[in-house]
Amino acid sequence: MMTLNAMDQVLYEAQRQGRISFYMTSFGEEGIVGSAAAMDPNDPMFGQYRESGALLFRGFNLDQVMNQCFSNDLDKGKGRQMPVHYGSKQHRFHTISSPLATQLPQAAGAAYALKRSSITTTPNSNGKEDGQCVICYFGEGAASEGDFHSALNMAATLECPIIFFCRNNGYAISTPSVEQYKGDGVASRGIGYGIDTIRVDGNDVWAVYAATLKAREIVVTQNKPILIESMSYRVGHHSTSDDSSAYRPKKEVEDWNLHDNPLTRMRKWLTNQGWWNDEVQEITKKQIRADVLKAFGDAEARKKPSIPSMFEDVYDCLPQSLVEQKNEIMELVRKYPDYYRVHDFAKEQQ
Amino acid sequence: MAFRISSSFGLSRSAASRLGMRMTFPRLSMAARYNSTTTETITVREALNSAIDEEMEADPKVWLLGEEVAQYNGAYKVTKGLLDKYGPDRIVDTPITEMGFAGIAVGAALSGTKPICEFMTFNFAMQAIDQIINSGGKTYYMSGGQVPCPVVFRGPNGAAAGVAAQHSQDYASWYGQIPGLKVVSIFDAEDAKGLLKAAIRDPNPVIVLENELMYGTSFPLTEAMKSKDFVLPIGKAKIAREGKDITIVAHSRPVQFSLDAAEKLAKEGISAEVINLRSIRPLDIDTIIKSVKKTNHLVTVEQGFPVCGMGSEISAQIMESEAFDYLDAPVCRIAGADVPMPYARNLEDLSLPTEETIYKQVKRVLNVQ
Ligand SMILES: Cc1ncc(C[n+]2csc(CCOP(=O)(O)OP(=O)(O)O)c2C)c(N)n1
Ligand SMILES: [Mg+2]
Repeated sequence: MMTLNAMDQVLYEAQRQGRISFYMTSFGEEGIVGSAAAMDPNDPMFGQYRESGALLFRGFNLDQVMNQCFSNDLDKGKGRQMPVHYGSKQHRFHTISSPLATQLPQAAGAAYALKRSSITTTPNSNGKEDGQCVICYFGEGAASEGDFHSALNMAATLECPIIFFCRNNGYAISTPSVEQYKGDGVASRGIGYGIDTIRVDGNDVWAVYAATLKAREIVVTQNKPILIESMSYRVGHHSTSDDSSAYRPKKEVEDWNLHDNPLTRMRKWLTNQGWWNDEVQEITKKQIRADVLKAFGDAEARKKPSIPSMFEDVYDCLPQSLVEQKNEIMELVRKYPDYYRVHDFAKEQQ
Repeated sequence: MAFRISSSFGLSRSAASRLGMRMTFPRLSMAARYNSTTTETITVREALNSAIDEEMEADPKVWLLGEEVAQYNGAYKVTKGLLDKYGPDRIVDTPITEMGFAGIAVGAALSGTKPICEFMTFNFAMQAIDQIINSGGKTYYMSGGQVPCPVVFRGPNGAAAGVAAQHSQDYASWYGQIPGLKVVSIFDAEDAKGLLKAAIRDPNPVIVLENELMYGTSFPLTEAMKSKDFVLPIGKAKIAREGKDITIVAHSRPVQFSLDAAEKLAKEGISAEVINLRSIRPLDIDTIIKSVKKTNHLVTVEQGFPVCGMGSEISAQIMESEAFDYLDAPVCRIAGADVPMPYARNLEDLSLPTEETIYKQVKRVLNVQ
């Protein structure tokens, strides 16, 4: 949680300085880490964009985060996506897609695929064959899209092993949740689709953990979907393109940050247990910041993706027309290395 | 294909991109060009705003809906001040449900009101495309002409800056295919005011394609534009610059690139005629035919993909017309590159037509060095 927070601070600042083009923070929503902790590391994960915490928990490390945000040669996405649009096959984290809610029916489809192949499926990390479970994150705003409703109904009728995890953070850009829906949050909709549902205090990491753990148990033992609505608050702006002071009072943000923040609550809990104190806090914070800055510096210094890589991945095998274009470009690049700043680009894709 | 080698290779990116789709800094600010102290100017954003304002004032049946259009004044501030003036019954914030609010707009249009449906961008209208095409575009026909659907779908279209594959598409040829829809594409403030007002008054469903990077650009405010009845005919192109050696047809932001290229070509003695298409459907092929018969050369420019694009359509129609016999060289299509929009800024620049691409292609078509 502290790493997520430190990383957000550094990358947010970096965007302000023009060193990366865009960023989205998870300030106030660090409690999401609890849900990732309750899942098996091999469970497929679908995100919306504000789930960096879950991905970090999976072991996607600071270097990988920074490589993506800088679109350098180590970015597995080859620099094709805006910052924060992570994806990692290794961590079974599906690549973020910008149009809202599209991940929901896709996640239900992935869960159905798991179910279809459940006998041959890869076992859990602990070797147990009690089946896998998809987790799909989305915001309360995205839950207004038709895809949300299709996904829930399909997952329920097809009895898919999936946890729908709604991050209700009170806002969708400038739209407060009171204008997003008139019903009782997103949780009430699960009931309508015949999906067992739980609403949880998203700022209480242990509650998020416990709810997700139980949900997962139900999913894999009873082969049916579960909906979790995790109540939290978006302390940061929507993204680096947003200034939330235009639509919400500063005091509201301060109050949440002061009185009901997952990081602070966790820290207090640990302190009460006698496992944490101010000194440890300071040392840990310093260490984490140093780690974040190191990864940041390393990623910024790296080269851009290799020049030939720009021809890849629309087609598996390059059609003749692209082969010709590629040869022509590579010839030009060979002839005029300074003009094309060849040294800025990696020789080969990593 | 626009595949130009740019000198901006490797420059660091400005903070120009966003996901929540708002406030970005246009890379090429053209404002200065028109800001002389003697002429009054108006931005494209203001022109759109006044078009909506005037039509809402004139016709109580007109209302507007979309994501963040009221309280927040619209993701790009096009609807600024309208909530205060017309209240929440006529300027309506919706939940994030494109299919839902597009459907509501269609239903309300079928029921005698005149909704203006704003999409944060047309990229998100893909979630609502069934409502737009299958219902909005076809109900008049299917009802045997009994039920018109006077709805306007509007919002930014085409490439913005630094927002990669999913946010940067041009939908002109997508919607242009549909019998039952009218489609206009806005370049300057005159287009903005005249075409949007025409779209709102039109009894048909009209798609109004705007361009995010043009919103802040200022253009002269003419006396004619000040009139509350300033409407431009849908289905008529505009000759933005007269010429006799070659015809350049473009729509939206590339009109500016074409005009700039024409200016540069003029210095070398080449006289290019620039046609601002304005209307995608109906397509004003007559104006293009007439021009080609005069210039004997044709270049089309668009930001959309080359395959099945506007250029393809125009080329085919020219082939089928008497203008074919007047062509001294094959028609040349300049379009966006045939790849998902790259995120890398240098590649993004190379994927889109520029003044330079047009300049070079014109000279190639005319076979001059
Ligand atoms: C289909 C579609 N419509 C609109 C948008 C623009 N948009 C991006 S994020 C966002 C708000 C989403 O809010 P929510 O789901 O609550 O997630 P949060 O940002 O609060 O984490 C909107 C409207 C989009 N990306 N896709
Ligand atoms: Mg939200």
